[in-house]
Amino acid sequence: MRSFVPAFELVAPRSLGEALALLDREPGVWRPFAGGTDLMVLLEAGKLEHKKWVSIRDLAELRGIAESAAHVDLGAAVTYGEVLESPTLAREFPSLVRAAAETGAVAIQNRGTLGGNIANASPAADSPPALLVYEAEIELASARGARWVRYADFHTGYKRTVMDPRELIRRIRLPRGAAGVHYYRKVGTRRAQAISKVVLAGLGRAEAGRIADIRIALGSVAPTTIRCRRTEALLAGRLLEPATIDAARRELAAEIAPIDDIRSSAAFRRRVAQNLLAEFLEGLSR
Amino acid sequence: VAEKVRLELVVNGARREVRAWPMARLLDVLREDLGLTGTKEGCGEGECGACAVLLDGLLVNSCLVPALQARGAAVTTIEGIAERAGRAAGGLSAVQEAFLACGGAQCGMCTPGMVVAAESLLERCPRPSDAELRAGLAGNLCRCTGYAKIFDAVREAAAARAGGGA
Repeated sequence: MRSFVPAFELVAPRSLGEALALLDREPGVWRPFAGGTDLMVLLEAGKLEHKKWVSIRDLAELRGIAESAAHVDLGAAVTYGEVLESPTLAREFPSLVRAAAETGAVAIQNRGTLGGNIANASPAADSPPALLVYEAEIELASARGARWVRYADFHTGYKRTVMDPRELIRRIRLPRGAAGVHYYRKVGTRRAQAISKVVLAGLGRAEAGRIADIRIALGSVAPTTIRCRRTEALLAGRLLEPATIDAARRELAAEIAPIDDIRSSAAFRRRVAQNLLAEFLEGLSR
Repeated sequence: VAEKVRLELVVNGARREVRAWPMARLLDVLREDLGLTGTKEGCGEGECGACAVLLDGLLVNSCLVPALQARGAAVTTIEGIAERAGRAAGGLSAVQEAFLACGGAQCGMCTPGMVVAAESLLERCPRPSDAELRAGLAGNLCRCTGYAKIFDAVREAAAARAGGGA
């Protein structure tokens, strides 16, 4: 049943400083509300329990994509649509662009934000696997200052993160120079709009037939998006041959923890995750 | 309980002022407060695109936009799409004419959102490939037509626009 809309407060501070001051004054009382593409769905379903929200989507300090020699910084309120329009991201971080293209459809991409996708902390989110293989860092701002955390350390459990209620994600920083084969594939019920059953991002390189660099991240197979470091360790330096790919498939199956839920089954997710890994690895030799 | 907020919007080119709950859906502001019932509610959860409108020129699902976030924005609904495309008020855009000519509408529930999404697509991408056409309308569900006639209509509209139509 729909929520009773008058019960919900939504305020729009004029600046990041004002928003942070509000979060600082009453920690946990106000929560950030970005593009609303997930929260409005909960509202409509009567499942949005929290009542006081701060709209941060239009804060100038959270917008824009900035480039320096070593990094590309994305404001937390950068939308998927803006990710899709960036030539730099298309050239250097194609898996993130692919993730943006596969998040909802155009109308969702124009509202949803990267920071929202991260803070919402769904294990099925589309951009986190790409952010993990690109070794993103997250800037968390509060009225008391700012800190950087590695995205790999950001999620601590299902829908849990290292964020304090007084903090907002301000920027997502991507280190430039990610080289090799960029792989991203999302498997859902249909190609468009659907939430993932399994999503895998990979970044890797082979030299003289051996795996040189390898990064693998998966969504929808564990309580959080995960970087598969055991499988990566097994693969590093190995000959790129069928026996290696078979060993990696087995290691991956042991490393992930998919479940049966409304969108898919554990067995299907495990098999598809293995198949995506194999497809990624086979692509390294081409 | 929240307090209603005063919102100034430019809706289909005209300044409008409403008082709305800050978390009210833009969809309800348009339909209930402004009487623009051309915008439809399908799923209410961002899946079907029946409520699609242009917000500051960008395609959005109005069921997912809280009223407060539309403050000061320019909104184009199906009622204003022909004028936005340069046609006279009360006329039809090239996309709307093509939907008529190609049988792109059956029950009509998805049609306003489908037309708005198609207009948005052709603005960004005047001669879409089949893949671009499918991606551009991927967020709009139709349960009647099987999509073929809708895609025909958008192709025809693209050709008409290229030939100098609106």
